[in-house]
Amino acid sequence: MKFIRNFMDKIEPDKAKSPFLHTLWDGMDTFFYVPNHVTKGRTHIKDGMDLKRTMIHVVLAMQFAFLIGMYNIGHQHYFSLGMYPGFFSGFFQKLIFGVLQYLPTIIVVHIVGLGIEFLFAAKKGHGIEEGFLVSGFLIPLIMPPATPLWIVALATAFAVVIAKEAFGGTGMNVFNVALVARVFVFFAFPSEISGDEVWVTQDYTWLHKGFNAFASLFGASDFFSIHNGATLVDGWSGATPLSLAAKGGWESVQAYAVTIGGKVYHPYSTSNLLWGNVPGSVGEVSKIGIILGAIFLIFSKIGSWRIMLSLVLGAVFMSALLNIVNSMYANELTNAFLSVPWYYQFTMGGLLFAMAFMATDPVTAAGTSTGKWIYGFLIGVVGIIIRVLNPAYPEGWMLAILLLNVFAPLIDYMVLQNNIKRRLQRA
Amino acid sequence: MSKNIFSINSKLAFSFLFSTLSLLSFASPIEPSSTTLIFGLFAGLLALVVFIVGLLSDSIIKLLSKKVEGAETTSLFNSFKNYFLGSGQSKKKKSVNGKSISLKEGFDIKLSGNARNDFKKYESNLYAVKPTDFVGLKPIPKMLVKEGATVKAGDALFYDTGFEGVKFVSPVSGKVKEIRRGAKRAITEIIIEADAKNEYKKFNTNVSSREDILNLLAESGTLALFIERPYGIVPSLNHTPKSIHVSCFDTAPLAPNYNEILNRLNKNDFQKGVEVLSKLTDNVHLNITNNTDSSLLDNINGATVNIVNGLHPAGNVGIQIHHISPINKGDIVWTIQPEDVAVIGKLFNEGIYSPKRIVALAGNVLKERNYVETTQGVNIAGLIKDNLKNENSRVISGDPLSGTAVGKDGFLGFYDNQISVIEEGDEYELFGWLIPSYARPSLSPTFPKSKTYDVNTNTHGEKRAFVVTGEYKEVLPMNIYPQFLFKSIIKEDFEEIEGLGIYELIEEDVALCEFVCTSKQPLQQILRTGLDFIRSQS
Repeated sequence: MKFIRNFMDKIEPDKAKSPFLHTLWDGMDTFFYVPNHVTKGRTHIKDGMDLKRTMIHVVLAMQFAFLIGMYNIGHQHYFSLGMYPGFFSGFFQKLIFGVLQYLPTIIVVHIVGLGIEFLFAAKKGHGIEEGFLVSGFLIPLIMPPATPLWIVALATAFAVVIAKEAFGGTGMNVFNVALVARVFVFFAFPSEISGDEVWVTQDYTWLHKGFNAFASLFGASDFFSIHNGATLVDGWSGATPLSLAAKGGWESVQAYAVTIGGKVYHPYSTSNLLWGNVPGSVGEVSKIGIILGAIFLIFSKIGSWRIMLSLVLGAVFMSALLNIVNSMYANELTNAFLSVPWYYQFTMGGLLFAMAFMATDPVTAAGTSTGKWIYGFLIGVVGIIIRVLNPAYPEGWMLAILLLNVFAPLIDYMVLQNNIKRRLQRA
Repeated sequence: MSKNIFSINSKLAFSFLFSTLSLLSFASPIEPSSTTLIFGLFAGLLALVVFIVGLLSDSIIKLLSKKVEGAETTSLFNSFKNYFLGSGQSKKKKSVNGKSISLKEGFDIKLSGNARNDFKKYESNLYAVKPTDFVGLKPIPKMLVKEGATVKAGDALFYDTGFEGVKFVSPVSGKVKEIRRGAKRAITEIIIEADAKNEYKKFNTNVSSREDILNLLAESGTLALFIERPYGIVPSLNHTPKSIHVSCFDTAPLAPNYNEILNRLNKNDFQKGVEVLSKLTDNVHLNITNNTDSSLLDNINGATVNIVNGLHPAGNVGIQIHHISPINKGDIVWTIQPEDVAVIGKLFNEGIYSPKRIVALAGNVLKERNYVETTQGVNIAGLIKDNLKNENSRVISGDPLSGTAVGKDGFLGFYDNQISVIEEGDEYELFGWLIPSYARPSLSPTFPKSKTYDVNTNTHGEKRAFVVTGEYKEVLPMNIYPQFLFKSIIKEDFEEIEGLGIYELIEEDVALCEFVCTSKQPLQQILRTGLDFIRSQS
């Protein structure tokens, strides 16, 4: 493998003359090779763990949810048009449809985000930091699959510049970068991401058409069976489980039915909700995939189990409390969401995704152990309050986490003051 | 080292079992019509089965491990618990007259190349006293000798105007060969060429009052054997310590086995030394572990014996002080090593300064690894020359976490009883961050585990901002929030630095934090900046 090293050494650009190119080269070089830096000072040996490895493990943990979610784009497309209603029927069409629909989003996010990162790194004269390795994956995961690419690009640029670089780069940001990208779309382009209607792509992009043409060269003349303008299937309403629950409680989520070819399907059955056979952002749909990712994060000690557990406890506490309130004042209250049993809250929306990947971001979460318990619990409580009680926002996790991002330093401050007080009392 | 009967990592096995079973529970075909009640019942049943299987295998493991001689009692649930609560040690307790402390946090770095239990004598003709070994000294202390002067062991070489009265003396008799200077003419080494006569300066030890004892300690150079906390500096003559702590064990990587060192100390000298310490303060603490096994510590008068158990850094005296009698603002605590207690004892018994050391020569790069009986400040070239498997190695006086790189012809540090030699890691590693090419010690479970590790000095990554939280706390068994302390040092917030407990720390206590730091931050250096800042303000 010596030739890669020799090649990298040969093409190293001059740092003073072209800082941007050098940063680009440095990013590549440190991607391939752990640098030959040795320890200075009095700690002569160092742990093998570095930020690149930490970040890549978060990306790995997302893969379970990511793969199911990406395939699911294709499945939902065909399902809404009444074709291949079984989850695994038409496997290759669905897979390739999903990949072709989703790939441009990932590429655009990375080009825009990494481009800005490289620019800032070159300007500041230091290496690329790994923060975008995770953000670059999280942003596509929480964007609706049908969001126009220029909006995705704008949101990514906004998030990286305003939420991260303005604060000093990786490790300095106050807000979760990926959530800022989403909140930007949420408020700037509300029609794209309102959340009470499902995100299913019914149209074919030029990529699909191109692939179709390409496939026809090899005899598969109608790979995608392009159905632009095709009629939607009977009973397909486009309501999300959350908006159904808000209107009619858990019963109406379960009752939602679609008839395809004389057969009745319940798209929002519990097992569909758990496995990820429902429309939605790529990351959030598969609860099983997210749970596997969360287990991976906990056992690799990269995600904080304290935050995950306390967030779940907070959500359980708040939704169970609302259930009790609902049963006490059943006649006066009209909000059907209050009646949704607390355990079903986990099967809908982005609760688990927020728990596993968003709340555990170590930079924006509380840093002390006690603080992590408080931070996670409050996210759980606030998230459920927004989801259930606020009619304006059908989902609460994004806003809950951003709100608690602001309070995280305050929570830590409280814990630290307690520690300082204890030390003063000891004297 | 105790044997573990299981070749596979029980933690990994358990987590694999757990995740597979839970995956299976979900993978079972559930019709859309099936009610959640059945689903919930099934999950509950499965959880019960997992629990029973776990319980059964756990008891089988416990039974098996009892049969194997010298094996640790292993338990599935214990290791599972460790995952979340840190790896505490639970062993049967010794009876001591002081506190008994068991620490949860910490991390043992198991390096290959411990010193073999084989004792040799070694002396060189060159010895050095290095002003840089002492914290708080001015760069150019006042010299009392010139190059070429003849000195006896115990003759003063220099002193510092900031620590008036405290003398720094020659460990051997001979001639001052050279006074080496570094940047800005700071004195770095005073090299003495030993003669064969071995003459000692005689001190008058017929003293009884506390003040006279202190003056004798200062005059004979033995006061410099103490380290004063806060700040980790040379003690001042006019300071009265709240307590004196002696750590009788070392948990650092490649550290010497203190049982061997303690057994080779002169019991009379040690007892006398402890008596001297007890005249300086009311509280003298000898801190041991469950593994400490030495007749030296039986029937010691004038000291409290405490027991501290745990992973590294439990052997660091700073951690022990935190749990036995913490340092508050304004408190002064002195620390000293057991060998040096015996040196003080010898001074009072025989009137001479004879700083003997038993040094562990360790590191997997060395061909010969053993214990060496020698003298403080000895030139180590003779120990290193023709003894290296790889010339591109770093010679450290002290342990690999808090020692000083001295070079192949350097001198043993003033306080050190260990020489560690490790390979330099100045090489690129293809995808080393993703798929490491050799096992390396790490707090992270994402690396393959090994019983012992070969290490080098590579940083395994570049310096980054503080990103990961909670990892320092996991290895620092103190009620301190290290990451926030470091941040407050960086922003020079005096109140917060003080409040978060900087007085309780010196560099060696955060060495393990610096080891585990994902962001590769120079924490020891940051802490020293903070200590200097606080010291300059008070």
